Amino acid sequence: MFVSYKWLQEYVDLSGVTATELADKITKSGIEVEGVEILNEGMKGLVVGHVLEREQHPNADKLNKCLVDVGEEEPVQIICGAPNVDKGQHVIVAKVGAVLPGNFKIKKAKLRGEESHGMICSLQELGVESKFVAKEFSEGIFVFPNEVTVGDDALELLNRDDQILELGLTPNRADCLSMLGVAYEVAAILGREVKLPKPEVTSTSEKASDYISVTVDAAEDNPLYVAKVIKNVKVGPSPLWMQTRLMAAGVRPHNNVVDITNYILMEYGQPLHAFDYDRFGSKEILVRRAHQGESMTTLDDTKRTLTTDHLVITNGKEPVALAGVMGGANSEVETGTTTVLLESAYFVGASIRKASKDHGLRSEASARYEKGVDPNRVRAAAERAAELLALYANGEVLEGSVEADTLKVEPAVISITLEKINGVLGTDISMDAVKDIFARLQFTTSVEGNEITVTVPTRRGDITIEEDLVEEVGRIYGYDNIPKTLPKGASTPGKLSDYQKKRRIVRRYLESAGLYQAVTYSLTNEAKATQFALDNREPVKLAMPMSEDRSVLRLSILPQLLEVVKYNSARQNDSIALYETGAVFLSTEQDKLPEEKEHLAAAITGLWHQQPWQGEKKVVDYYVLKGVLEGLLARLGLTGRVEFCQATVEGMHPGRTADLLLDNKKIGFVGQIHPNVQKELDLKETYVFELSLKALLEAEIAPLRYESIPRYPSITRDIALVVDKKVVAGKISDIITEAGGNLLKDVSVFDLYEGDRLEEGKKSIAFSLKYFDPEKTLTDEEVTKAHDKVLQAVKEEAGAVLRG
Amino acid sequence: MEQRLVELQQEALEGIKKATDLKELNDIRVSYLGKKGPITEVLKGMGKLSAEERPKMGALANEVRDVIAQAIEEKQSILEEEAVAKKLASETIDVTLPGRQVKTGNHHPLTRIIEEIEDLFIGMGYTIAEGPEVESDYYNFEALNLPKGHPARDMQDSFYITEELLLRTHTSPMQARTMEKQNGKGPVKIICPGKVYRRDNDDATHSHQFMQIEGLVVDENIQMSDLKGTLDVFAKKMFGEDREIRLRPSFFPFTEPSVEMDISCKICSGKGCNVCKGTGWIEVLGAGMVHPNVLEMAGYDSKKYTGFAFGIGSERIAMLKYGIDDIRHYYTNDVRFLKQFSIHE
Repeated sequence: MFVSYKWLQEYVDLSGVTATELADKITKSGIEVEGVEILNEGMKGLVVGHVLEREQHPNADKLNKCLVDVGEEEPVQIICGAPNVDKGQHVIVAKVGAVLPGNFKIKKAKLRGEESHGMICSLQELGVESKFVAKEFSEGIFVFPNEVTVGDDALELLNRDDQILELGLTPNRADCLSMLGVAYEVAAILGREVKLPKPEVTSTSEKASDYISVTVDAAEDNPLYVAKVIKNVKVGPSPLWMQTRLMAAGVRPHNNVVDITNYILMEYGQPLHAFDYDRFGSKEILVRRAHQGESMTTLDDTKRTLTTDHLVITNGKEPVALAGVMGGANSEVETGTTTVLLESAYFVGASIRKASKDHGLRSEASARYEKGVDPNRVRAAAERAAELLALYANGEVLEGSVEADTLKVEPAVISITLEKINGVLGTDISMDAVKDIFARLQFTTSVEGNEITVTVPTRRGDITIEEDLVEEVGRIYGYDNIPKTLPKGASTPGKLSDYQKKRRIVRRYLESAGLYQAVTYSLTNEAKATQFALDNREPVKLAMPMSEDRSVLRLSILPQLLEVVKYNSARQNDSIALYETGAVFLSTEQDKLPEEKEHLAAAITGLWHQQPWQGEKKVVDYYVLKGVLEGLLARLGLTGRVEFCQATVEGMHPGRTADLLLDNKKIGFVGQIHPNVQKELDLKETYVFELSLKALLEAEIAPLRYESIPRYPSITRDIALVVDKKVVAGKISDIITEAGGNLLKDVSVFDLYEGDRLEEGKKSIAFSLKYFDPEKTLTDEEVTKAHDKVLQAVKEEAGAVLRG
Repeated sequence: MEQRLVELQQEALEGIKKATDLKELNDIRVSYLGKKGPITEVLKGMGKLSAEERPKMGALANEVRDVIAQAIEEKQSILEEEAVAKKLASETIDVTLPGRQVKTGNHHPLTRIIEEIEDLFIGMGYTIAEGPEVESDYYNFEALNLPKGHPARDMQDSFYITEELLLRTHTSPMQARTMEKQNGKGPVKIICPGKVYRRDNDDATHSHQFMQIEGLVVDENIQMSDLKGTLDVFAKKMFGEDREIRLRPSFFPFTEPSVEMDISCKICSGKGCNVCKGTGWIEVLGAGMVHPNVLEMAGYDSKKYTGFAFGIGSERIAMLKYGIDDIRHYYTNDVRFLKQFSIHE
């Protein structure tokens, strides 16, 4: 809402309060003033000029040579390029020495050999936005509509010596979508009076009811419809003051009839519609829900197909307006209109909202109906419009209004105790002070003991419960005056849950291991949504996505993470290590919440570490990332419970990928991205893992118990085993562990040889076995006994031969 | 004989003095103190001496041996020290060469902000509640006093999945979810961080996905002054003890009264600059007293219980705290951006 500081003074005395001070006060008491625009900022030297002569510039087709009286001794010659300049017009002249916005200084000039002493201006040159300039002046200079005095200050006449407060209104404060509403608010803040307009209408003896009847067939959507008839109207430009106020409010002037309805809209917040009575098509107004499939053409020359959700104004036969949203083209007021049928109605927000949404039509009118207009202003607004039509469009107002009225208007009456007010706010405000605040808001009150009963005017439809009253008291009292305290009452233990604690440990571990945390979008495209997914489920799709790339929810994190790797690689970041934790979404049933699982994914590429001057360099490989994972599992007490099994995962390297099995259940995978996929994404060798963090963090582990430090020495035996290449280390290790019995405490691989000193298809893996008895020093015989069993087992179960 | 011993001592001491390495010194030891050395040789002639002179000469010989032995010992430690010093000198390295890098990553700035805020509120007795990112229309809107068709739904343009499901537009659904679990009994003190989604075109100041942190306290006798005090603690801990807060009336359907919290601008100290748009105040978050409808719908007696709630935009906090100028940076994850948040003030 744009509020003209000058216009506002018609309703509230603003003396002693500058526009900026007012803006600050309004902001502090509840409505954010987003800006204060000074309309004549940086402008001077603009006067009314009278074009005495105009002729074609001798040397330029598109220029005019004008002789203009600017109220000085001698008229001046001005060269003007506007196509609409003509003799006899009163225009805006920027004299030599004048300044226009952007510090544009007007100097004496010579244009194609002719002197020009100033400039005839358009409104745009004065800083008015093109969309607010009346169509007839939008391509040329502005021409004053009525007699003005030559030499007078043009900015003052155009009300540019004004400041506009831009209100950022929250949806509850629809009452401030009108000058009167703002006036009430400002009056309450300043503790001053509100001066309301008092329409004075002289009616003819003819009755409106002889011209029109009103029937409403949808009273629940339209409980009050008021029609007035104004005859002998002369359509023409509206007075300059009205045009300038409309422009200040962000409305483009059209003609007096339309301007008056818009002016009332801005003044009262009540939308009005003017029909051309002679083109209305009947003598009856019928308001009803549209028939399914019925159509009409609105003012914007668009044909609209209607449904039974939409409320229409009809002439008994066909729709003439989409109620509360936009009028119809067939009954629009035009230059020749002489009789105006004026509508002022109360439409219920929900029905207007539906129509406005369905047709993608948001008008100043629909915006107000949606949020709720003041039912008590419907008639007053109609009277005020009739008054203005008589004054500024030569209209004769027929006696009376024709109404369909089922509206029950009852102001809200709310009682509240002083304890409640102070209890919620944490203040110590007296009853007298509370009474005074409501008086300033012009709410009537009665006090009984500690209880105050407040009657809320209908213009403040947002106030319905006690808490609303608390807010009114609080904001006028001033939130700055509320003390700062902390909640009292029983203390509560503040802490992270076990899951949250472990998640932080996972993050800190991965970060210490060299990975950066990334955060990517949950919405992606269909192809990426399921790529690398751990669960074979349908993705969750948006009903109306903004773009194909953000249309479904992800089932895996990796595709997004790889995009991040790609982005960084393209920016000279060759070595990248990233991880992300976040939800993936698995659809369930229609209208049931999808299953959300927290995943952990990581991607590494390039060098893992390097020390160039020492000639050290480690390029990432499978074992680097596996090591990171193993370290993580160790942190979470899951060493030994997670198995890495050779696996095939789509999009992954078939020979370098492993499934992660936690207690024999797959929870994720780790490996190299398939070279084809790497190529598609323009990536170098990249290793990744994705797993269910939920599964990892929810796995129950035994409580931590101290284990005594060994007091006896251990004995280590190393063996090198020759096996078939197909036999994996993990398998042999399992066999050894199984066979080694209680005394075998640790098995580790310390060498791998696959060279040509071995038989074709064979490899040699060397294990280091550590035997240890916590109770005593082991003898050689005891170790040998256990070790022999190991050798026997690897021979039988893995076909392993001890390498000589 | 006496004369000879004194001569030997002199000779030996001179030899020791001249010795330049341990081997030379050892040779001296062997030649003077060994069994075949000159002192032993001299002592062999003791038999010729009288019984009175014999012990005297013996004592002298021992004295000479001791003097020589001590001199050798002293010289030996000097030589040893020299040898070590020489060896160490040869081992000198260039200490200015770069060390072996310990590569670490770090958390995302948004996580950093969220964890910092979590820890702050944990210290004040809050727990962390987390909830689904896909929500039912009921929890996202209706339970928050936003019935279907409510104009305020326009404030949060949403991504719907079906008519009943949508991506949550704020973390506030966790208010209702948490309260429902409490069966109408207080106290509730929670912080709910999480991702939220709105139909916005991504640009420098808008993102269709962002992070919010909801706070909720419900108990008997919770007052707006408690909200103001809590937000004051938050603002001072996050932005500095010298910051002031200001509450401005605002509107959210799920709180009444509703407020916006501003903090005083650090850049211009409240005088007015570009960052605060000349007002001296920077908008930080929205808050308010929990609307009685919200309490009642979640099973709380609004006559007995009151509460406050607030919603913090993590991106905004990080932007204000670190001067980040484009919200897209958070989701682009340029490593050059991420790396900057490894420093801990």
